[in-house]
Amino acid sequence: MARPGLPVRLLRRLEGPQTMGRGPLFWLGFLAVVALAALYPLTADGYTVGNTIYFFNWCFMALGLCLIWGYGGALSFGQTAFFGLAGYGYGIVTLNLGAAHGLTLLAVVCAVAAASAFAAVLGYFLFFGRIGGVFLGIVTLSVTLVFERFMAQTAGPEWHVGVARLNGFNGMSGMPPLTIPWPGGDIALFPDVPLYYVVLALLVVVYLGLRILVNSRFGNVLVAIRENPLRATMLGYDVRRYQLGGFVIGAALAGLSGVLYTAWGQYITPSSMGITAAALPIVWVAVGGRADLTATLLGTLSVLAGFQLLTVYGSQYALVVMGLLLVLTVLLAPEGLIAGLARLPGRLARRGRQNGNGNGNGNGNANGSPNANPNGGGA
Amino acid sequence: MFDAVFGFLYQFGDAFAFLVLCATGLAVIFGMMWVINLAHGEFIMCGAYVTVTAARAGLPLALAILCGAVVAGLVGILVERLVIRHLYGRPLDTIVATWGISLIAAQGTLIVLGPGLPGISTPLGSISAGGLSYSVYRLVLMATALAILAALYLVFNRTRFGILARATIQVPHMAEALGVDTRLIYSLTFGLGAALAGATGGLYAPTMTMVPTMGAQFIMEAFVTVVVGGADVFLGTAPAGAVLGLVKAAMTSWQGQLFGQIGLLIAVIVVIRVLPRGISGFLLRERS
Repeated sequence: MARPGLPVRLLRRLEGPQTMGRGPLFWLGFLAVVALAALYPLTADGYTVGNTIYFFNWCFMALGLCLIWGYGGALSFGQTAFFGLAGYGYGIVTLNLGAAHGLTLLAVVCAVAAASAFAAVLGYFLFFGRIGGVFLGIVTLSVTLVFERFMAQTAGPEWHVGVARLNGFNGMSGMPPLTIPWPGGDIALFPDVPLYYVVLALLVVVYLGLRILVNSRFGNVLVAIRENPLRATMLGYDVRRYQLGGFVIGAALAGLSGVLYTAWGQYITPSSMGITAAALPIVWVAVGGRADLTATLLGTLSVLAGFQLLTVYGSQYALVVMGLLLVLTVLLAPEGLIAGLARLPGRLARRGRQNGNGNGNGNGNANGSPNANPNGGGA
Repeated sequence: MFDAVFGFLYQFGDAFAFLVLCATGLAVIFGMMWVINLAHGEFIMCGAYVTVTAARAGLPLALAILCGAVVAGLVGILVERLVIRHLYGRPLDTIVATWGISLIAAQGTLIVLGPGLPGISTPLGSISAGGLSYSVYRLVLMATALAILAALYLVFNRTRFGILARATIQVPHMAEALGVDTRLIYSLTFGLGAALAGATGGLYAPTMTMVPTMGAQFIMEAFVTVVVGGADVFLGTAPAGAVLGLVKAAMTSWQGQLFGQIGLLIAVIVVIRVLPRGISGFLLRERS
């Protein structure tokens, strides 16, 4: 048989047992959604478009948590620590070096690298100490809380890096926005239409990249570990390395969120990684459906939008609703509301078929369940 | 010389009492069900609020603290019935659900009771040693921490509940087959853990400002102690409290409060690399 063309091969790598949505219909829908998102700025003014970017900023962190928790089975509460670290990193680098010559882009790279490096060190101690699921959560949460307290007490003038004051509880502000060097004048990306397109493009790239990653050998092994770490070890995989890898990638995405958020609003405060802030990514990912990238993305955007609507009545009411949503999701729809809804038609159809011909076919494994299919030897 | 030693011992005792009192409630629940209760801080807050309200209504402080513990315990049993019970065998989901409860409780308190309560003053005055004065109440807290450990030991080793609870910890199915109502045991243990948290809140209420988020000031220390200690309260939490108390007291007297916490965190991350199952896991393996 002839080797299929490049587009088909690429498309195949985007689909697989670990992600929902396949076939031309899904991708047509995907293109339609992206097109609608791209057309959106034509219908709204720059200010509203700038505020919409706020929603997209958080999606990277949520997708990272989806990879660590949903695919890797390791519940981390440390996402906001990496978010904050990268945000502060961006502030420190840009305040010291300025925005000319594309240095803000260097700052992005530095900040995300710093978050990843911190995650690698922390993850080494956690995963190579073979910390069980519950402990991982509380140690990462403790790290986040201590980091927040540390940043909150840096109010004095002695806390500075170069010219960048850390400013304690009030946080850092005044850093330049992302700036792209361009012949004939740099383009500063203030929260407006150009930044919207940059962040949207980044989100699409990250989403597609993660789809390829989780359907690759790495992603399949990660899911195998989630389903049964002992079995994965017996099959010859070094569980610790795969989990550490997932953890670092997730942290880098949280760092990207932190950088984009800081560059968007031109401020970062310690409370953006406090205990309440740390709970929110868990809510987004759990409510959407943690074991699938698409469900996480849709869930994050809908929960954020709902949260924003409720904040009109006061943020404490919104937080109570978030808590309630989390508890009810865990109790009633453990796999997430959007993932549950998406799988409902298939499930109903299968039930109908099984009722129809007495004994349904036994290998109905279409519900995206653990299909660990490592295509290779030991690691 | 004596003053310096006494000063350090006082700091160590203070840190030890705080860590042990924070962690026992969490450790009792964790040891029984392998569940970490992220709403632990909110149970502490609940105990503190009830204690302050009762004390301001005229009850003696000791009785008020008891009220706080009882109310927190009852709320704990209610939470177990409504939520936790449905999640046994799913520890990660339980953590997430208790975090939801924590959000609801902290923000709900903020909505209903406002941003703060008037506190009560620290009783018992202070004594002076070598020119520095030390709060007597803090010395009482140290004695209370030891008393609570002793009382827990008696409960788990001398009462019928304790024997059934230990049987349930060891082999739940066997205990069930022998007629133990393990669901009731789980429920009561969760209540006991919540009551201990409430008592901690009550004990520290006179020394703190009453705000809905006050629980957050306890949980980091509680988590850290339970992680280092492992699943056993007596072989784990108590020695972990002693070791971490030493670290915290040394770091605090050297560089201040925050560095005490950072020192704790680093100690924990190193300990879990060396002893993944905590001190009690290490001791029990050595013994067997």
